[in-house]
Amino acid sequence: MLGVSIDQYGFLVQGAFWTIVLSLMGFVGGTIVGLPVALARISRGWFLCRVSSAYVQFVQGIPLPVIMFVVYFGVSIYGFDVNALVAAAIAMTLYSSAYLGEIWKGCIQAVPKTQWEAGECLALTSVQRFIYVILPQALRIAVPPTVGFLVQIVKNTSYSVVIGFFDLTYSAKILNNATFKPFVIFTAAALIYFAICFPLSRYARRFELRLHRRNA
Amino acid sequence: MTVISMNSVHTPVAPQDGAQPMVSFRDVHKSFGALEVLKGIDLDVMPGQVAALIGRSGSGKSTALRCINGLEKINGGELTVCGRNLRARDFELRELRKEVGIVFQSYNLFPHLTVEQNVTLAPRKVNGLDAAESRALAAEVLEQVGLSDKALSYPEQLSGGQQQRVAIARSLAMRPKLMLFDEVTSALDPELTGEVLRVIGKLAAGGMTMVLVTHEMAFARQVADLVVYMHQGRVWEAGKGTMLDDPQTVELRQFVGSGL
Repeated sequence: MLGVSIDQYGFLVQGAFWTIVLSLMGFVGGTIVGLPVALARISRGWFLCRVSSAYVQFVQGIPLPVIMFVVYFGVSIYGFDVNALVAAAIAMTLYSSAYLGEIWKGCIQAVPKTQWEAGECLALTSVQRFIYVILPQALRIAVPPTVGFLVQIVKNTSYSVVIGFFDLTYSAKILNNATFKPFVIFTAAALIYFAICFPLSRYARRFELRLHRRNA
Repeated sequence: MTVISMNSVHTPVAPQDGAQPMVSFRDVHKSFGALEVLKGIDLDVMPGQVAALIGRSGSGKSTALRCINGLEKINGGELTVCGRNLRARDFELRELRKEVGIVFQSYNLFPHLTVEQNVTLAPRKVNGLDAAESRALAAEVLEQVGLSDKALSYPEQLSGGQQQRVAIARSLAMRPKLMLFDEVTSALDPELTGEVLRVIGKLAAGGMTMVLVTHEMAFARQVADLVVYMHQGRVWEAGKGTMLDDPQTVELRQFVGSGL
């Protein structure tokens, strides 16, 4: 098909599989680290607030490919031989945790202050207020921007090409070297990325509309 | 002004000799930054009494109310509520909140919970009631506010008046000794204020100690044992509801005359 064999397209799909794997690892890791970051950002503790804020600003101030390099080469200096998948997953975790932490902080703050107050006046402890009153409302608000950010995660896994991780972009690059059909191959790769991201965008949009309707 | 008819007429409670006041302000001061909102308040509310705080906006009446359950911390003087000195070193704010219920102008119901869950959240988590106990409790307090059939509704499915009655039921479910009402009908359409005021009137008739900030003068006159006119951060005039018919100060006369 267009001078590229079925097997070669299969090679792209293999790459796409690893793109999805890395995206999921980035999202799960980003959630595990990002949730505490969000909580620390809204905490009243001066230290937690400063440290988490510094973390977010630091990570957001570094381009993702550089984070990839630092993790991949930086760690191996100390004698740990990290493979590209582990390095890419750590880098994606750092990257997505900083952004998810910031997104979720906003969602928690979007719950009206009067809800905290109402819980307080019913003698609920601060932990009870957060778990039973604030969190369920913040989660509902968080769905659209979180799904939206998933799209960014999927697209940005392509930066792992700089450390030689075999993902969709990398497989396309190899295939191009073998076939010299850059337009066909990169267009095919683009379509696969789009096929992964488009449903996510649609979901995000639909959740958003549903949320607006509920609030209307 | 909403004129309401009540089935039960509240008989005023005369302060008994020797009884401790439920709420006691002594020269209470409160400032927000440079702005002094309360300039030395003295006020006693006895058990079973209904006190209505009236006055123009900015007179400090809402702030005074919010001080009673510790939502605002006082800067000077002494404030004792349910026998607890709010400035004592061993004062436990959460313990006070178990005994003092408050209802706000904007209801502040939990939108993600059903009416029944709204009402039972605190009794379950704070007082440790089990599922059966809390359901029975919800049935009881929802009946008190006339919303037995709405237990499984969500707040957004209710009218403003119904939401406010749920908010009252939510407070009652903690079995408070004292109820505070902060302009609870101000956000409601006139035709909905009556149903809320009737519930409050019924509570008063049942002997609940209450402090309410209100613009409903007819209501204040009708249910309050003690009407407190606040002006510029001070208690300007205080007395029985009949005081509104014969104001002693120019300020109260103007306030009553303005039809607020």
